[in-house]
Amino acid sequence: MAPCHSTFDFRLYDFQTKNMKLTLKIWRQKNAAAEGKIVEYPIDGIEPDMSFLEMLDILNDELIVKGEDTVAFDHDCREGICGMCSLYINGEAHGPDRLVTTCQLHMRKFKDGDTIFIEPFRAKAFPVIKDLVVDRSSFDRIQQSGGFISVNTSGNTIDANTIPIPKHDADRAFDAATCIGCGACVASCKNSSAMLFVSAKVSQFALLPQGKVEAADRVLNMVAQMDAEGFGNCTNTGACEVECPKGISLENIARMNREYLSASLKG
Amino acid sequence: MALDSKIPGGSVSDKWTNYKDHINLVNPANKRNLDIIVVGTGLAGGSAAATLAELGYNVKAFCFQDSPRRAHSIAAQGGINAAKNYQGDGDSTFRLFYDTVKGGDYRAREANVHRLAEVSVNIIDQCVAQGVPFAREYGGLLDNRSFGGTLVSRTFYAKGQTGQQLLLGAYSAMNRQIGRGKIKMHNRHEMLDLVIVNGKARGIIARNLVTGEIERHSAHAVVIASGGYGNVFFLSTNAMGSNVTAAWKIHKRGAYFANPCYTQIHPTCIPVSGDHQAKLTLMSESLRNDGRIWVPAKLEDAKAIREGKLKPTQIAEADRDYYLERRYPAFGNLVPRDIASRAAKERCDAGFGVNKTGEAVYLDFAAAIERYGVDQARLKHLDENDKALVVQLGTEVVANKYGNLFQMYEKIVDENPYATPMMIYPAVHYTMGGTWVDYNLQTTIPGCFSIGESNFSDHGANRLGASALMQGLADGYFVLPYTIGDYLAPDIKMGTISTDSPEFEQAENNVKQQIVALMNNGGSKPADYFHKKLGKIMWDKVGMARNAEGLTEAQNEIAAIREEFYKEVKIPGTADSFNPELAKALRIADFLELGELFAKDALHRNESCGGHFREEYQTPEGEAQRDDENFAYVAAWEYKGKPSDAVLHKEQLVFDNVKLVQRSYK
Amino acid sequence: MAKSALLKSSIAKKVAMALSGLFLVLFLAQHFFINMTSVFSADTFNSISHFMGNNPLVQFVIQPILIVGVIFHFIMGFVLEFKNNSARPISYAKNNGAANSSWASRNMIVSGSVVLAFLLLHFYDFWVPEMVYKYVDVSPLNETRYFHELAEKFESPVRTGLYSLSFLLLSLHLWHGFNSSFQSVGFNNKYSKSLHTLGYAFAIVVPFGFIFIALFHHFNH
Repeated sequence: MAPCHSTFDFRLYDFQTKNMKLTLKIWRQKNAAAEGKIVEYPIDGIEPDMSFLEMLDILNDELIVKGEDTVAFDHDCREGICGMCSLYINGEAHGPDRLVTTCQLHMRKFKDGDTIFIEPFRAKAFPVIKDLVVDRSSFDRIQQSGGFISVNTSGNTIDANTIPIPKHDADRAFDAATCIGCGACVASCKNSSAMLFVSAKVSQFALLPQGKVEAADRVLNMVAQMDAEGFGNCTNTGACEVECPKGISLENIARMNREYLSASLKG
Repeated sequence: MALDSKIPGGSVSDKWTNYKDHINLVNPANKRNLDIIVVGTGLAGGSAAATLAELGYNVKAFCFQDSPRRAHSIAAQGGINAAKNYQGDGDSTFRLFYDTVKGGDYRAREANVHRLAEVSVNIIDQCVAQGVPFAREYGGLLDNRSFGGTLVSRTFYAKGQTGQQLLLGAYSAMNRQIGRGKIKMHNRHEMLDLVIVNGKARGIIARNLVTGEIERHSAHAVVIASGGYGNVFFLSTNAMGSNVTAAWKIHKRGAYFANPCYTQIHPTCIPVSGDHQAKLTLMSESLRNDGRIWVPAKLEDAKAIREGKLKPTQIAEADRDYYLERRYPAFGNLVPRDIASRAAKERCDAGFGVNKTGEAVYLDFAAAIERYGVDQARLKHLDENDKALVVQLGTEVVANKYGNLFQMYEKIVDENPYATPMMIYPAVHYTMGGTWVDYNLQTTIPGCFSIGESNFSDHGANRLGASALMQGLADGYFVLPYTIGDYLAPDIKMGTISTDSPEFEQAENNVKQQIVALMNNGGSKPADYFHKKLGKIMWDKVGMARNAEGLTEAQNEIAAIREEFYKEVKIPGTADSFNPELAKALRIADFLELGELFAKDALHRNESCGGHFREEYQTPEGEAQRDDENFAYVAAWEYKGKPSDAVLHKEQLVFDNVKLVQRSYK
Repeated sequence: MAKSALLKSSIAKKVAMALSGLFLVLFLAQHFFINMTSVFSADTFNSISHFMGNNPLVQFVIQPILIVGVIFHFIMGFVLEFKNNSARPISYAKNNGAANSSWASRNMIVSGSVVLAFLLLHFYDFWVPEMVYKYVDVSPLNETRYFHELAEKFESPVRTGLYSLSFLLLSLHLWHGFNSSFQSVGFNNKYSKSLHTLGYAFAIVVPFGFIFIALFHHFNH
């Protein structure tokens, strides 16, 4: 019989598994205005096959039973694509594993007895809402300033195959477009720069003929909005690329710099 | 109220064109005076919000996530169908229409499905113009792949992330309108009630999930695009936040709920690994193009595997049962989802399951790796008898096609799927049922529309792969923007609708009372406790195989859990702050009502069709046995205070263009 | 968009940083080349130094540009560091920067500051006396004084040690900075890999070359 995590745990199956005992050090902050601090929580009975967020689910169920407020964290799809989950785990965005979001991080990446720091993604442009939940609407505003192609969505357009696109370009545009907007790049960057995020969108459209029409305005406007939101400046440390759960390439940043320079020079 | 589906006259292929030519339009200057609320920002809601704003309406859009880009449409992997016939393999609007009606086991509305097939081609054009990076061939033109239940290649895709790319397309279209001020976006908001003034939907009550504030929002029409309700099973491939709340609230205000029991159980998901599990992960149906599904042919082998004494690779070819290829030689591993899922359950129930829970079958790529490896060896003039080389070359090909899915599997299961077969098992994935709508996508409440997965829609009793994305975008980009104008035309002189009316006040008080009751009930159990309990009943008694006895029990048990829930649930924190547990509890409260209606609907439908399988109604070979004489109708339920009191209304389905036959994939 | 806004943008600053850095790299390369001659031939060194010190183009055009470039690069470096720090008001309780980036890339301000301190010393040692000699005292031309001035500076082991340490940090600064500047101006393509090798080679050869020159004179004179 597996150990009981809480009095009211409800089990579908009984499994014999290894258990881990951990110490969690979690950032707790009541709301945007309140001061926050790191609070320590011991937790027991964690199985290596659990996901990191399932481990937090268990902690929260225990806190409810104890009558304490739960640890708030963002999450939704739990399959690494919606970009909602965040968390700075032991000093890295989305934790120690590579090319995964926090929801895909599994406890087998930790050892019995480990101490785990869990903090929100930190940046002036990502203010904390509560505990580990941050407001990433600055990303939305950057996209609203130019992250689109101005086509009419309600009318007829030309047949899709009248715009042939070299496979190589289409594939690179796709790679840039796989950004999930989670903010790991900002969180990992020592300067809290959003260049990887912004450049992914700029690159996707810069690589496609449909996007070239508005390319100059797009890059100027998106960079202006990025600066206005209070993100720091890129110093090419490359941390963003390493921590990006989708492996978005630094090449995109170079491309955006290029696009920006040529757009500025054209005036 | 009698159901009027408002299907236009004429032949099925002319209905939509003729209808569009004759409906009322609102002139551009007047659109500025009309407000529309859109709840949900997935493919349907996002595309609708963008298009309505583009047309000139003032749109107020709502989503519970922190950004419209995170709606769960983003997780769709495989692709989107369109009758482009770019491959020249005999596809046509009629064939897509026919495949969809047949795939849905003849329980969909012909006129809607034909319209869907007609506009499918526009979707691809539209998305390419928006910069959606679909997969392409070396010549620069769009590529297609094939999916279950069809004989042509009509699926457009962007690797295993088609839903993401389409949603980001709709999101970018929304962003353009948000930037122009035509869409007012309300992130982290949950709709908790619909406001009806003089018989028409005129607004919503929403809770700001950050501040906890209860807000009133008015509009001339309300569009619900809040997705499906698969999370009633607790474990599903839906997102954690996916919920029925918006759809259920309009049901309680008078919108009929149609065919709740039609649920799609997707055959290829990663099996449950432990009791801590919070959600299940889908592996794209496209894997069935190359993977072969099997279980051991001998019971003792299956038992040895479960006990860890035997590995799948040690089972000889002759001792494997490729049960789909055995039972359905024509379609083999590419039978529709409902059939593949039931066949897996049948084998596992018979004791052939292969993981520790006994609920898993193998999806094996060894044959594909070998086939591709030999191909490559020949192409490159290498030794095709060198086994290691062939495996290496074949692995490269498979990695190219499915690399991201294999990586995802390995991260979750911690096993290398190139070397040992994947384990898969069916999981709840999509709900074909939903709010009843007429041809205009309007519910039984005037001014309240329902689009995408949240309506009962176009898929009948089973949805074919790559059709959900098609329907969401068809509704949002190309159907609703027309039909809503017809409804709004008389309202152009109304002006802004006040939120100070007694109707708004009453709705707001309703919401506040429910929240106060939940916060102060003195309970002690986490909300998840009730959700898991509900999920287990749903899966065991209202899942892949149902019978009258189990369904009756389920109804009573769910009603009992609901009662316990209101007494015993414990919500920490306060109502006027960011409180994820409160948000969760409010959603579970609605699932606890829906679950009962779901079972009631399944019990009343004395036939098997598509995803609805009643053990009492099957052919001697164990296939679904439809009863077209008595059940060729849409079951639309009217709310009467309790799920058990819901009243059934029938919309008879008329098939003029497709002949009803026993579905056969043999 | 107004041109003035463009100059204030983050990317414009980044490009300015890169271009001034590349300019300083060029300066460093020629300085290195001249110093290296001191190892082989005191005469060659003297004659090149004399040319550099007395050619009006070098003295009144290139030298001011260089000084402006140096000052710009340093001031901009500090301004950006300050701005970047303020983009994260609350820092992480636990941060594992080593997991995703090099020490050199994360500590440009540290290596840069040491290089700045060294430059001040260097100015005090060479440039100030040189300016005083030429323009304040207006001493007579002496085409052979340079080599001795160089050699006698490296007599002190402390000064030689400090000199070597600063070049070590300059090496780290260049290790990140040289390649980074290409990325900043948008150069990232199939040639980038070879260029990176060149950048890393430069970051090692030139600073360690300077250290070699210092040690050479320390131990030979």
